[in-house]
Amino acid sequence: MNTLTHLWNHKRYRLYLYQAVVLILLGAALFWLGHNTWINLKQRGIQSGFDFLSDTAGFDIGETFLITFDGSQTYWQAFLVGLLNTLKVSLCGLVLASALGLWVGLGRGSLHPLIKLFCSTYIELIRNVPLMIQLLMWYVLLVEYLPPSTEPYSWFQHFYLSQEGFAYPGFIWLQSPEGNPTLSSHWIWSRPELDALGVHTDFNWSPEFLSITLALSLYTSAFIAEIVRAGIQSVARGQIEAAQSLALTPWQIKRWVVLPQAARMITPPLTNQYLNLVKNSSLAVVVGYPDLVNIANTALNQTGRALECIAILMLVYLTLSLVIAWGMNRTNDKVRHYLKKGNDFAPHKLTQRA
Amino acid sequence: MKTYFSLEKNRFLFIFCLSLIFFSEFSWAGKTLDSIKQKDQISCGVNTGLAGFGSADSQGKWSGLDVDICRAIASAVLGSADKVRFVPLSAPQRFAALQSGEIDILSRNTTFSLTRDASLGLHQTAVTFYDGQGFMVPAKMNIKSAKQLKGATVCVQSGTTTEKNLNDFSKANKLEVKPIVFEKLEAANAAYFSGRCKAYTTDASGLASIRSKEAKDPKEHVILPELISKEPLGPMVRRGDDEWLAITKWVIYGLLEAEELGIDSKSVENLKNQSTDPAVLRLLGKSDDMGKLLGLDREWIARAVAQVGNYSEIFDRNVGEKTPLALKRGLNALWTRGGLQYAMPIR
Repeated sequence: MNTLTHLWNHKRYRLYLYQAVVLILLGAALFWLGHNTWINLKQRGIQSGFDFLSDTAGFDIGETFLITFDGSQTYWQAFLVGLLNTLKVSLCGLVLASALGLWVGLGRGSLHPLIKLFCSTYIELIRNVPLMIQLLMWYVLLVEYLPPSTEPYSWFQHFYLSQEGFAYPGFIWLQSPEGNPTLSSHWIWSRPELDALGVHTDFNWSPEFLSITLALSLYTSAFIAEIVRAGIQSVARGQIEAAQSLALTPWQIKRWVVLPQAARMITPPLTNQYLNLVKNSSLAVVVGYPDLVNIANTALNQTGRALECIAILMLVYLTLSLVIAWGMNRTNDKVRHYLKKGNDFAPHKLTQRA
Repeated sequence: MKTYFSLEKNRFLFIFCLSLIFFSEFSWAGKTLDSIKQKDQISCGVNTGLAGFGSADSQGKWSGLDVDICRAIASAVLGSADKVRFVPLSAPQRFAALQSGEIDILSRNTTFSLTRDASLGLHQTAVTFYDGQGFMVPAKMNIKSAKQLKGATVCVQSGTTTEKNLNDFSKANKLEVKPIVFEKLEAANAAYFSGRCKAYTTDASGLASIRSKEAKDPKEHVILPELISKEPLGPMVRRGDDEWLAITKWVIYGLLEAEELGIDSKSVENLKNQSTDPAVLRLLGKSDDMGKLLGLDREWIARAVAQVGNYSEIFDRNVGEKTPLALKRGLNALWTRGGLQYAMPIR
């Protein structure tokens, strides 16, 4: 028997061979796709490439986060502004959706019939209506029913809510005027001012931002609530009974017995919801919030580089999703590790707190 | 023997690979005219819904200036204005649809510009509507000029060169306007009409269209007199097909020439038999056969005018003063009447 036949008959090597063949085919297919596209673009005289990213963008962005932008800056800086806006919405959405989802999920398992009914209704109502419709609804509600910025709702003369958005106070960094050593740079307290022309503020959440954050958080929280409920129900009844027999209060049982064990069940599906939330944030374009997709659309229209703009979008969302998935997997490992060590019933912590 | 790698198990992967190969096989359409004649139909990319330019009614019947241009071309090429398949396209879709061959002609209020002509693999044809970007504001704000919009929030409809023009205008006049860019018309309209934005900007014709269709009372909104950009709108075709480019261009010129010579859908039959004007006879195919040079028959323009009308009929029917848009001819008047519409001579 020669070596080749020998290798062929060896299960493991044969498997390797198959995988190598598939990999080569896949690589060849991808290469061929790219090559074909490239040739076709050339043939039709369609210019391509990412060189446009360093051209002047020439359009303004109404809302920026952390950095400032104006039309004389480049396309890649515009994309960066879009990315930061996407991150802002996603982060706010993640925090709000998790908090809300946890409470509604707990409420769904409540023994109180009214709370239970309320939470079930909330979940069924929110998760069965398409996100885009909810988003449009929130936006139209906000802009239609809020007062104009000349007559805003105000609270303590520090918070104003109007069609211009939600204005709030905060600290801003004041640069000292150049050549004036008596005034040093320092933080100052800035609060919104109301005059005849409307509200003037350094800090503002626009209705576009509010509606996309609201819609994303509510929508995702309904799914998270179901995940939380399932996680809680998966905890063995005996665990709760054991905790009760130790005379723990219902809150202690929830906090120290049920939730740590439920966390193990909750984390993997929760990852999915987080990924969905980030990807769904691309709907912001519908209400005119300048997220990454919005900026990419404008860039696409001005330069006609459709393939390139969409490639950037795909790459960014892929990276964001992978980072979140990696973080959540780390969390999941931690949770499992923690439980393995026999910490699920942390008695020392209980005695400290009981 | 146990198989470790069965086709059965990995069917998905194989189908995926195969589909990649098939889908990437671009159908390079060859001569557009040949394929149109073979299909006996023109695929025309139009707006998803812009009153006066391209919109479908409740029965799915398309109307508008851009729509009529396609119908006129179908009439000249295929003999019937009804042999058009309208493909509604959003702004980001439109160029890709034309590049890939999904449509034969893009007639969707598209602005001509150097970038678009030179770098997209597309050709501009002839201008069917001279437009410019304008501003609409609520009448009660008592604004007379766009230069009064200092610091204002402005609703912008994405998908044109609108954002750039607004930025240029804002910079030049130190206005610092804040744009909110919408992709969906509904959201943009809701934002403007609720007062979220002080002003609404897009092509002036588009503003007129939105005002006529969406405003509770069109009189409560004024379109400011300044136009801040040049927006020559017209159909585009793919590069590398000069015959089809020539046909599109000359049908549009033909419609203009017909207006200039006083030929309309009612008089075309009579003029064909009774006119003694050589230019009229030439255009209608009575003397010289101009259609042959384009690969069409003698009656190409006579038929298009009879079925769809000349340029002024198309304009008046869709956007003219008797329509809800109530646009004046303005720049779109013939050159003989002080406008810019000037057909290259058909001879």
